[in-house]
Amino acid sequence: MHEMSIALAVVGQVEEAARAGGPEADGRAVERVHLRVGELAGVVPDSLHFCFSLACEGTVLEGAELRTEAVPGRARCGPCGGEWDTGMPPRLGCPRCGGGAAELLSGRELQIAAVHWADRPARPTVPEEG
Amino acid sequence: MCRVAELQQAVLAENDRGAQRLRAALAARGTAVVNLLSSPGSGKTALLEAELTRARERGVPVAALTADLATENDARRLARSGAPVKQVLTDGLCHLEAGMLGRHLDGWLPDGVRLLFVENVGNLVCPASYDLGESLRVVLASVTEGEDKPLKYPTAFGLAQLVVVTKADLAGPAGFDREAFLAAVQQVNPGVEVVFTSVRRGEGVGLLLDRAVAVQRGVPAHRPVMARLAVGGAHGHGTGHGHGGDHEHGHDRGRGHDQGDHHGSAVRDDPARTRP
Repeated sequence: MHEMSIALAVVGQVEEAARAGGPEADGRAVERVHLRVGELAGVVPDSLHFCFSLACEGTVLEGAELRTEAVPGRARCGPCGGEWDTGMPPRLGCPRCGGGAAELLSGRELQIAAVHWADRPARPTVPEEG
Repeated sequence: MCRVAELQQAVLAENDRGAQRLRAALAARGTAVVNLLSSPGSGKTALLEAELTRARERGVPVAALTADLATENDARRLARSGAPVKQVLTDGLCHLEAGMLGRHLDGWLPDGVRLLFVENVGNLVCPASYDLGESLRVVLASVTEGEDKPLKYPTAFGLAQLVVVTKADLAGPAGFDREAFLAAVQQVNPGVEVVFTSVRRGEGVGLLLDRAVAVQRGVPAHRPVMARLAVGGAHGHGTGHGHGGDHEHGHDRGRGHDQGDHHGSAVRDDPARTRP
């Protein structure tokens, strides 16, 4: 179960964004983190939610909500141009021409799409450096 | 009112950057990493011991690093080959990460090693997500594990550049359906090579070494569909790189470290699949 590692990486990157400043971040708590999770990314969203709340403790993300958006797997065959939903387990050979030279259009995302900063400040107990 | 920052950052970006650095640093030393993934008990260590022994016989400078949650048993077994071996204990962590590997290699990896075999933690889920800076990713499955293993663990099998079936001598007693297994592999990873081995009978021993040596010499490894990421104007690289559309999101591992061999192509390799 590597969702804890993933959750810690998410928290680390949001903390970094907070430190980097920017007018949005400026000392504010994090309200919500929006994550895009591809169905082929090998990550279980339920498990990630559980780990996220633990990983947030004692950081500017404490109490933040994690919203995950599932991204379906989609592939395109280079030679014949066919496009299809890969499904799960994925079918990565082209269903039209049978070729095996497709490319993946989506489905392996594991990406922080957006961070929503709250109007309230981050808790004063939060250390400057994580 | 809530303020929103659109980060568009890959969660595993740090690992990917570390993997790229490691791949480049090792390439400069003439070393290629072979990342071995499998379930616990699939025969990674037995096969690796045989391959290391074969490498020594052929005069190929090899080394091995083996990761386990606990015990140094695997390192002891591998060391019988005479190759330099290092045991890494992950203290419960289910996978290796690029930074961890780099730290373990620092000051240990002997000069002149051409192939470094990394025996990942026995697990087909978590290690699949982590690029270790390898040049060849190999997934092993024993004939006793069931023909549908590739469908149950599509990320691991889908990103493999070589699939090694182990314990082939047990195929009969296990009722292993070879064609069903091959069909499952082809479904998630069309075109990937599958080799059959039995360390007990000496069958197929040396094939893994052959493939690894070829990659180290610059022969292109298989490029799995799952690692061929379409590049649009909307690729998800790095901080503040906005997405112009709702499609062609690259994925987490794509960090724009093109290594030169696919510039201008509509498809960009996953860094994990790009040779050094």
